[in-house]
Amino acid sequence: MSMRSTRTVVVTNPQGLHARPADLFVKTATRFASKIELVKGHERVDGKSILSLLTLAAVAGTQLSIEADGPDAEQALDALAKLVEQNFAENEHVHE
Amino acid sequence: MKFADFVSREAIRAELTADDKEGVIREMVQALLAAKKIPQGEYDSIVKAIMKREELGSTGIGRGVAVPHTKHPSIDRLVGTVAISSEGVDFDSLDGERVHLFFLLISPPDRPGDHLRALENVSRQLRDETFCKFLKQAKNKEDIVQLLEEADNNQFVS
Repeated sequence: MSMRSTRTVVVTNPQGLHARPADLFVKTATRFASKIELVKGHERVDGKSILSLLTLAAVAGTQLSIEADGPDAEQALDALAKLVEQNFAENEHVHE
Repeated sequence: MKFADFVSREAIRAELTADDKEGVIREMVQALLAAKKIPQGEYDSIVKAIMKREELGSTGIGRGVAVPHTKHPSIDRLVGTVAISSEGVDFDSLDGERVHLFFLLISPPDRPGDHLRALENVSRQLRDETFCKFLKQAKNKEDIVQLLEEADNNQFVS
Protein backbone atom coordinates (compact mmCIF):
# COMPACT_ATOMS: atom_id res chain seq x y z
CA MET A 1 0.00 0.00 0.00
CA SER A 2 1.40 3.36 -0.97
CA MET A 3 0.51 6.47 0.97
CA ARG A 4 1.32 10.09 0.39
CA SER A 5 1.41 12.41 3.35
CA THR A 6 2.72 15.84 4.31
CA ARG A 7 3.83 17.41 7.58
CA THR A 8 4.70 21.06 8.15
CA VAL A 9 7.51 21.92 10.54
CA VAL A 10 9.44 25.02 11.52
CA VAL A 11 13.20 24.99 11.93
CA THR A 12 13.75 26.21 15.49
CA ASN A 13 17.38 25.49 16.25
CA PRO A 14 19.28 28.79 16.15
CA GLN A 15 21.92 27.56 13.71
CA GLY A 16 19.36 26.46 11.13
CA LEU A 17 19.65 23.45 8.86
CA HIS A 18 23.45 23.34 8.62
CA ALA A 19 25.63 20.36 7.76
CA ARG A 20 25.14 18.22 10.86
CA PRO A 21 21.34 18.51 11.11
CA ALA A 22 21.15 17.88 7.37
CA ASP A 23 23.26 14.76 7.83
CA LEU A 24 20.96 13.59 10.66
CA PHE A 25 17.88 14.28 8.57
CA VAL A 26 19.25 12.27 5.63
CA LYS A 27 20.33 9.39 7.88
CA THR A 28 16.84 9.26 9.37
CA ALA A 29 15.07 9.61 6.00
CA THR A 30 17.08 6.81 4.40
CA ARG A 31 15.89 4.36 7.08
CA PHE A 32 12.50 4.48 5.36
CA ALA A 33 11.43 3.05 2.04
CA SER A 34 9.19 6.00 1.22
CA LYS A 35 10.28 8.73 -1.12
CA ILE A 36 10.96 11.80 1.04
CA GLU A 37 10.94 15.36 -0.23
CA LEU A 38 11.45 18.64 1.55
CA VAL A 39 9.65 21.75 0.34
CA LYS A 40 10.59 25.33 1.19
CA GLY A 41 8.44 27.88 -0.62
CA HIS A 42 8.72 26.98 -4.29
CA GLU A 43 11.83 24.84 -3.83
CA ARG A 44 11.48 21.08 -3.64
CA VAL A 45 14.45 18.83 -2.89
CA ASP A 46 15.26 15.17 -2.27
CA GLY A 47 15.12 14.55 1.50
CA LYS A 48 17.69 11.78 1.20
CA SER A 49 20.45 13.94 -0.31
CA ILE A 50 22.57 16.10 1.96
CA LEU A 51 23.73 18.30 -0.92
CA SER A 52 20.11 18.96 -1.82
CA LEU A 53 19.11 19.75 1.75
CA LEU A 54 21.95 22.21 2.15
CA THR A 55 20.80 24.15 -0.91
CA LEU A 56 17.70 25.18 1.05
CA ALA A 57 19.76 27.33 3.46
CA ALA A 58 16.93 26.95 5.96
CA VAL A 59 17.70 29.42 8.75
CA ALA A 60 15.95 29.38 12.13
CA GLY A 61 12.28 30.22 11.65
CA THR A 62 12.00 28.66 8.18
CA GLN A 63 8.81 26.72 7.54
CA LEU A 64 9.34 23.45 5.72
CA SER A 65 6.95 20.82 4.42
CA ILE A 66 8.12 17.26 4.65
CA GLU A 67 6.42 15.03 2.08
CA ALA A 68 6.57 11.27 2.17
CA ASP A 69 5.27 8.86 -0.41
CA GLY A 70 5.44 5.14 0.21
CA PRO A 71 4.49 2.24 2.47
CA ASP A 72 6.00 3.78 5.62
CA ALA A 73 5.16 7.43 4.91
CA GLU A 74 3.51 8.10 8.29
CA GLN A 75 6.32 6.53 10.31
CA ALA A 76 8.87 8.47 8.29
CA LEU A 77 7.06 11.76 8.88
CA ASP A 78 6.76 11.02 12.61
CA ALA A 79 10.49 10.40 12.90
CA LEU A 80 11.52 13.37 10.73
CA ALA A 81 9.13 15.87 12.31
CA LYS A 82 10.33 14.81 15.75
CA LEU A 83 13.92 15.34 14.68
CA VAL A 84 13.20 18.90 13.52
CA GLU A 85 11.01 19.73 16.52
CA GLN A 86 13.70 18.53 18.91
CA ASN A 87 16.23 20.85 17.23
CA PHE A 88 18.16 17.90 15.77
CA ALA A 89 19.36 17.16 19.29
CA GLU A 90 21.63 20.19 18.98
CA ASN A 91 23.53 21.22 22.04
CA GLU A 92 24.09 24.97 21.95
CA HIS A 93 27.31 24.60 23.92
CA VAL A 94 28.89 22.43 21.30
CA HIS A 95 31.50 24.36 19.40
CA GLU A 96 30.20 24.03 15.88
CA MET B 1 26.02 34.29 -1.64
CA LYS B 2 28.80 33.83 -4.19
CA PHE B 3 32.21 32.18 -3.89
CA ALA B 4 33.79 35.60 -4.34
CA ASP B 5 32.05 36.71 -1.12
CA PHE B 6 33.96 34.31 1.10
CA VAL B 7 36.73 32.49 -0.76
CA SER B 8 40.15 34.01 -0.23
CA ARG B 9 41.93 33.75 -3.58
CA GLU B 10 45.37 33.98 -2.02
CA ALA B 11 44.58 31.01 0.22
CA ILE B 12 43.47 28.66 -2.59
CA ARG B 13 45.65 25.55 -2.86
CA ALA B 14 45.55 23.54 -6.09
CA GLU B 15 47.70 20.71 -4.80
CA LEU B 16 47.47 19.72 -1.17
CA THR B 17 50.46 17.81 0.16
CA ALA B 18 48.69 16.47 3.27
CA ASP B 19 47.33 12.95 3.09
CA ASP B 20 45.13 12.80 6.19
CA LYS B 21 42.25 14.77 7.67
CA GLU B 22 44.16 16.81 10.22
CA GLY B 23 46.95 17.50 7.74
CA VAL B 24 44.48 18.88 5.19
CA ILE B 25 42.84 21.11 7.79
CA ARG B 26 46.23 22.38 9.00
CA GLU B 27 47.36 23.11 5.45
CA MET B 28 44.19 25.05 4.63
CA VAL B 29 44.16 27.06 7.87
CA GLN B 30 47.85 27.80 7.31
CA ALA B 31 46.95 29.11 3.85
CA LEU B 32 44.36 31.44 5.40
CA LEU B 33 46.94 32.59 7.92
CA ALA B 34 49.47 33.30 5.15
CA ALA B 35 46.75 35.26 3.32
CA LYS B 36 46.18 37.26 6.54
CA LYS B 37 42.54 36.19 6.72
CA ILE B 38 42.81 34.91 10.28
CA PRO B 39 44.63 36.51 13.20
CA GLN B 40 48.19 35.50 13.97
CA GLY B 41 48.15 33.40 17.12
CA GLU B 42 44.74 31.83 16.49
CA TYR B 43 46.04 29.11 14.19
CA ASP B 44 46.10 26.29 16.75
CA SER B 45 42.79 27.27 18.26
CA ILE B 46 41.06 27.30 14.86
CA VAL B 47 42.54 23.95 13.78
CA LYS B 48 41.42 22.45 17.09
CA ALA B 49 37.89 23.82 16.70
CA ILE B 50 37.57 22.42 13.15
CA MET B 51 38.85 19.02 14.27
CA LYS B 52 36.40 19.05 17.16
CA ARG B 53 33.57 19.67 14.71
CA GLU B 54 34.75 16.70 12.63
CA GLU B 55 34.45 14.49 15.69
CA LEU B 56 30.71 15.21 15.76
CA GLY B 57 30.37 13.77 12.28
CA SER B 58 32.46 14.08 9.16
CA THR B 59 31.87 17.07 6.92
CA GLY B 60 32.74 14.84 3.97
CA ILE B 61 29.30 15.23 2.42
CA GLY B 62 29.79 12.86 -0.49
CA ARG B 63 30.80 13.09 -4.16
CA GLY B 64 34.41 13.57 -3.12
CA VAL B 65 33.64 16.84 -1.36
CA ALA B 66 34.22 18.00 2.22
CA VAL B 67 33.30 21.27 3.92
CA PRO B 68 35.35 21.37 7.14
CA HIS B 69 34.20 24.37 9.17
CA THR B 70 33.86 26.04 12.53
CA LYS B 71 32.65 29.15 14.21
CA HIS B 72 35.42 31.10 15.85
CA PRO B 73 35.31 34.19 18.09
CA SER B 74 38.45 35.68 16.53
CA ILE B 75 36.71 36.08 13.15
CA ASP B 76 34.42 39.00 12.36
CA ARG B 77 33.38 38.02 8.84
CA LEU B 78 33.01 34.69 7.08
CA VAL B 79 36.26 33.52 5.48
CA GLY B 80 36.96 30.44 3.48
CA THR B 81 39.22 28.78 1.01
CA VAL B 82 39.31 25.96 -1.53
CA ALA B 83 41.85 23.18 -1.91
CA ILE B 84 42.24 20.14 -4.09
CA SER B 85 43.93 16.83 -3.49
CA SER B 86 44.49 14.87 -6.69
CA GLU B 87 45.28 11.73 -4.68
CA GLY B 88 42.21 12.11 -2.51
CA VAL B 89 42.15 11.91 1.30
CA ASP B 90 40.35 9.52 3.63
CA PHE B 91 37.98 11.93 5.40
CA ASP B 92 35.47 9.46 6.93
CA SER B 93 32.98 10.71 4.32
CA LEU B 94 29.30 9.97 4.65
CA ASP B 95 29.47 7.91 1.45
CA GLY B 96 32.88 6.38 2.22
CA GLU B 97 34.55 7.95 -0.83
CA ARG B 98 37.94 9.66 -0.69
CA VAL B 99 37.74 13.44 -0.74
CA HIS B 100 39.30 15.52 -3.52
CA LEU B 101 37.61 18.90 -3.10
CA PHE B 102 37.74 20.88 0.13
CA PHE B 103 35.83 24.03 1.00
CA LEU B 104 36.92 25.26 4.44
CA LEU B 105 34.76 27.85 6.19
CA ILE B 106 35.32 29.87 9.37
CA SER B 107 32.47 32.05 10.53
CA PRO B 108 31.82 34.53 13.32
CA PRO B 109 29.80 32.91 16.15
CA ASP B 110 26.84 35.25 15.74
CA ARG B 111 26.26 34.85 12.00
CA PRO B 112 24.67 31.42 11.42
CA GLY B 113 22.80 32.76 8.37
CA ASP B 114 26.01 33.60 6.50
CA HIS B 115 27.38 30.15 7.19
CA LEU B 116 24.18 28.57 5.83
CA ARG B 117 24.25 30.72 2.71
CA ALA B 118 27.87 29.75 2.05
CA LEU B 119 26.97 26.06 2.47
CA GLU B 120 24.01 26.63 0.18
CA ASN B 121 26.25 28.06 -2.51
CA VAL B 122 28.85 25.29 -2.21
CA SER B 123 26.25 22.52 -2.28
CA ARG B 124 24.25 24.08 -5.11
CA GLN B 125 27.32 24.35 -7.34
CA LEU B 126 28.58 20.91 -6.41
CA ARG B 127 25.35 19.27 -7.46
CA ASP B 128 26.51 20.11 -10.96
CA GLU B 129 28.71 17.28 -12.16
CA THR B 130 30.49 19.36 -14.78
CA PHE B 131 31.59 21.88 -12.15
CA CYS B 132 32.81 19.07 -9.86
CA LYS B 133 34.68 17.35 -12.65
CA PHE B 134 36.40 20.51 -13.87
CA LEU B 135 37.32 21.54 -10.34
CA LYS B 136 38.92 18.15 -9.63
CA GLN B 137 40.93 18.54 -12.83
CA ALA B 138 42.13 22.05 -12.02
CA LYS B 139 45.91 22.18 -12.19
CA ASN B 140 46.65 25.52 -10.60
CA LYS B 141 45.20 28.41 -8.63
CA GLU B 142 44.25 30.31 -11.79
CA ASP B 143 42.14 27.37 -13.03
CA ILE B 144 40.29 27.26 -9.70
CA VAL B 145 39.74 31.01 -9.60
CA GLN B 146 38.33 30.89 -13.12
CA LEU B 147 35.97 28.00 -12.31
CA LEU B 148 34.71 29.75 -9.18
CA GLU B 149 34.11 32.92 -11.20
CA GLU B 150 32.20 30.98 -13.84
CA ALA B 151 30.11 29.36 -11.12
CA ASP B 152 29.45 32.80 -9.62
CA ASN B 153 28.25 33.94 -13.04
CA ASN B 154 25.83 30.99 -13.15
CA GLN B 155 27.56 29.28 -16.01
CA PHE B 156 27.05 25.85 -14.45
CA VAL B 157 23.73 26.14 -12.68
CA SER B 158 20.73 27.30 -14.63
